[in-house]
Amino acid sequence: MSSVDIDAKIPNNVDLAGDRRLQRALEQWQPKFIRWWEDLGPSAFKRNQVYLRTAINVGRDGWANFDHVEMPDYRWGVFLAEQDPDRTIAFGEHKGLPAWQEVPGEYRSELRRLIVVQGDTEPASVEQQRHLSLTAPSLYDMRNLFQVNVEEGRHLWAMVYLLHRYFGRDGRDDADEMLERHSGDPDNPRILGAFNEETPDWLSFFMFTYFTDRDGKYQLASLRESAFDPLSRTCDFMLKEEAYHMFVGASGVGRVVQRTVELMHQHDTDDIHQYGGINLDLLQKYINFHYSVSLDLFGAETSTNAANYFGAGLKGRYQEEGRDDDHVLANATRLVPSVEDGVISQREVSQLVALNETLREDYTQDCRKGLERWNRALAASGIDTKLELPHIGFNRQVGAFSGYEVSPRGRLVDDDQWAKQVDSWLPTDGERAHVTSLMRGVTEPGKMASWVAPPAQGIHQQPLDYDYVRT
Amino acid sequence: MSSATEPEVDFRTSPSEYRHWHFEVQPPRATVTMNVDPSGGLRNDYELKMNSYDLSVDIELADLIQRLRFEYPEVSVVVLTGGLDKVFCAGANIQMLASASHGHKVNFCKFTNETRNSIEDATDHSQQVWLAAVNGTAAGGGYELALACDEVLLVDDRSSAVSLPEIPLLAVLPGTGGLTRLVEKRHVRRDLADAFSTRSEGMRGQAAVDWRLVDRLSPASRFSELIDSRVANRAASSDRPANGVGLALTPLPRKIDGDDMTWSTVSVSIDRTTGTAEIMIAGPKTSQPATAADLANMGADAWLVSAARELDDAILHLRFNEPAVGTWVLRSSGDPTRVLEAESLFSGTDSDHWLVREVRLLWTRTLKRLDVSARTLVAVVEPGSCAVGLLAELVLAADRSFMLDGTWEDADESPPPATIMITSTNLGRLPMSNGLSRLATRFWGRDDAYAVAAATEGKELLAADAAAAELVTMTPDDLDWHDDLRLMVEGRQSFSPDAVTGMEANFRFVGPETMETKIFGRLSAWQNWIFQRPNAVGPEGALQRFGSGSRPEFDPRRV
Repeated sequence: MSSVDIDAKIPNNVDLAGDRRLQRALEQWQPKFIRWWEDLGPSAFKRNQVYLRTAINVGRDGWANFDHVEMPDYRWGVFLAEQDPDRTIAFGEHKGLPAWQEVPGEYRSELRRLIVVQGDTEPASVEQQRHLSLTAPSLYDMRNLFQVNVEEGRHLWAMVYLLHRYFGRDGRDDADEMLERHSGDPDNPRILGAFNEETPDWLSFFMFTYFTDRDGKYQLASLRESAFDPLSRTCDFMLKEEAYHMFVGASGVGRVVQRTVELMHQHDTDDIHQYGGINLDLLQKYINFHYSVSLDLFGAETSTNAANYFGAGLKGRYQEEGRDDDHVLANATRLVPSVEDGVISQREVSQLVALNETLREDYTQDCRKGLERWNRALAASGIDTKLELPHIGFNRQVGAFSGYEVSPRGRLVDDDQWAKQVDSWLPTDGERAHVTSLMRGVTEPGKMASWVAPPAQGIHQQPLDYDYVRT
Repeated sequence: MSSATEPEVDFRTSPSEYRHWHFEVQPPRATVTMNVDPSGGLRNDYELKMNSYDLSVDIELADLIQRLRFEYPEVSVVVLTGGLDKVFCAGANIQMLASASHGHKVNFCKFTNETRNSIEDATDHSQQVWLAAVNGTAAGGGYELALACDEVLLVDDRSSAVSLPEIPLLAVLPGTGGLTRLVEKRHVRRDLADAFSTRSEGMRGQAAVDWRLVDRLSPASRFSELIDSRVANRAASSDRPANGVGLALTPLPRKIDGDDMTWSTVSVSIDRTTGTAEIMIAGPKTSQPATAADLANMGADAWLVSAARELDDAILHLRFNEPAVGTWVLRSSGDPTRVLEAESLFSGTDSDHWLVREVRLLWTRTLKRLDVSARTLVAVVEPGSCAVGLLAELVLAADRSFMLDGTWEDADESPPPATIMITSTNLGRLPMSNGLSRLATRFWGRDDAYAVAAATEGKELLAADAAAAELVTMTPDDLDWHDDLRLMVEGRQSFSPDAVTGMEANFRFVGPETMETKIFGRLSAWQNWIFQRPNAVGPEGALQRFGSGSRPEFDPRRV
């Protein structure tokens, strides 16, 4: 393939045309990726024209090119944010030294592990969402789903680039295995448990992009701090795209809230199930579920791995450089939640081992912003109910609260109480069935399903009734 | 940390007290599941996360291995698996290792090695075959546990790996035989073993099979089928009886009264001024079972069973809880003919019976425990001793032995003089870890001397005959006895315990090397040296720094 061809096929800013070795590696991997996309990517509308944003370079104009394309022809590219030649390491033991342009042998396996775990979630979410296009509430939403999907695909490319370029044979094997593990496959599951559950409906999809993709954002943000500069620059660019995924979630849930309020006013009742809507208390239960499952993704409150990663400079904190401390944390301590003698309390541990908890706290604050926005919309419509984040101990399978049952308000309850009340805290099978029953695909341009309000504006200044997906 | 701050360790346990293990018997199989209680460790300043273990976990495992052998003759295959999601076993707990005293680490490793060896002993000699069903990541000691099993079956889920990350992550060696078993047992090529042992993430999937690290692979959905087929295959070739009646290992009676401890046949008395423990084994007092059926009827109360179990418990108690007691004086008392009666099962028509075999193997392991104990072993044969066959083995195990020439002259009624007797038991039924009998080891390279000693089989030897057959070190008479014994013990106490331990270990294992001698000699000696080095345990060493977020700092000079 000529250099012009390769750059056209795989847009990049890593001089792919000039790196024969990398070219050979990616040329071998690319057909496997396309085969994976065909097999496990979106199950319908595979060959339809979709109005997608494609990154062709990292500049202001280059990263958001809009056009109708068939998804398999999407140009998945490899982009790293611009290099800062003077960048130094911001934290840990190597603080102040120049950022690494190659992987230090000493940290080879840790860095590979971090990249593999992050990379594995990208194709996993595409697999989780593969049937959703059939029930998209509008063409606008279907297009957003596909945009998220192709960008998750590109994020996989970004991680695969790092594996191919910097990790030798092991990295190539890992890159292949990203396509061999499959979400929900009991024999070849995705690495993280939460990524083996199908995203069953669009309300879940919105919740997933709001809560679970936000975990991804925080993981990427902490990897952006990495002393390994190519990883840092890769994540920096991924975060630009990730912001859109957050938007899909935040605006999606917001539109459901808005529609719910409309139906409540229209029919003068809180119970709008029969009118094709989703009750506020059910929305709360979905929030309870998705938030708590996402909290588990941060890992246990204390983690020696997290401490090691930080000390070594592999993974920092969220917005590391903006923090007002020594960025080494040798003697700093903090409190982390614990359950002792049947009481929820706190214990003091070194900040280094508590970095998972620190990141989780940042995440929780960020999650809260969306709820505040939705609650403002509720209040503006004269509705007193407020949506809330449940207590961090609610429905947790990982860390200090695993093995305990905690109510959304943060009270320890016994198994009996849990069994009695769980149906008022988490969606029941019946409620999930109701949500499923509302999921009917709407493919007429400009039209919306019954349970969700239209967005405030279209994509890239296009009208709402634009043919975002040409059916 | 001084031994005073380490809790007293009790090795006696039973399934109703287990906190970390669960087992289920479905003949011919027993499934043993590791599910470590994070807060169930020996001390409370670490948490046993992810099926990591400390001594408390291994004590239960050792008990469980023993019980399966004695109590479940119908079990011919034991499947060892993990009870956690994605993790089989994470190995020895690192916080525990980082905070434990050197002595505790060494003793802990020794005990865990003995436990791993007993898994192999059960497989090889009791025909109760252990299979590792590695259903998640097996790291460090977790993989070493699997290595002790006869087959390693690994789930192929693209994430479960086997690894020995000690060297890259902790700057110590895998301490329970991992390195040795890779090359000696699994015949992993040395360069691949090198690559594997320096690769913290380990190996998985087909590559792990190709490197001989595991035997078989299966996807998760067919893992239980694979286990079933291996169980069926291995059970078919076992000689264990499907309808045998097990022997229940009842709780060991033990009374501690100050410095005196008594079991039913064994007693220990500590003299702290000389740093000495007298270990006395009383011979059988009643007539002994002549058949395997009689033995089964008497159960754990049979002398042959209780004496071995109690001696084992005494050794472990002294090893862990009495580190400053450096010399153990081994004595016996009772009627020699009763001991001969008891051990006649080993050579009689029931010698191949599973239970008789099991009891003999128990003695073999217990005496091996004595061999690797870092204490000076002194055997004493006096009037009233019953140093015949099985109990003469204590004399052969000792670093030095004393036998009274004649009898006590001052006694009102002088007892008959001390005697000793070699029997067929001493001629190969209780091999040491080098594969030889203690008698053959004693005369390594001197076939004539061995022949002379072996030719005394069945003869009651007085001190002079025993000295002539080179069975004992010293044969003082009544006049010199007390001084000779005292001078030897006091002299011993004046030496560096480290140097003395090193000397004894070098002299005890004469002759050929086996995997076991390499584990207790080469591997443990290197490990115990590394455990003292600043690169591992110094304030900037890897064990201390692990998980702190700070990198260890190594002294780059090779020694």
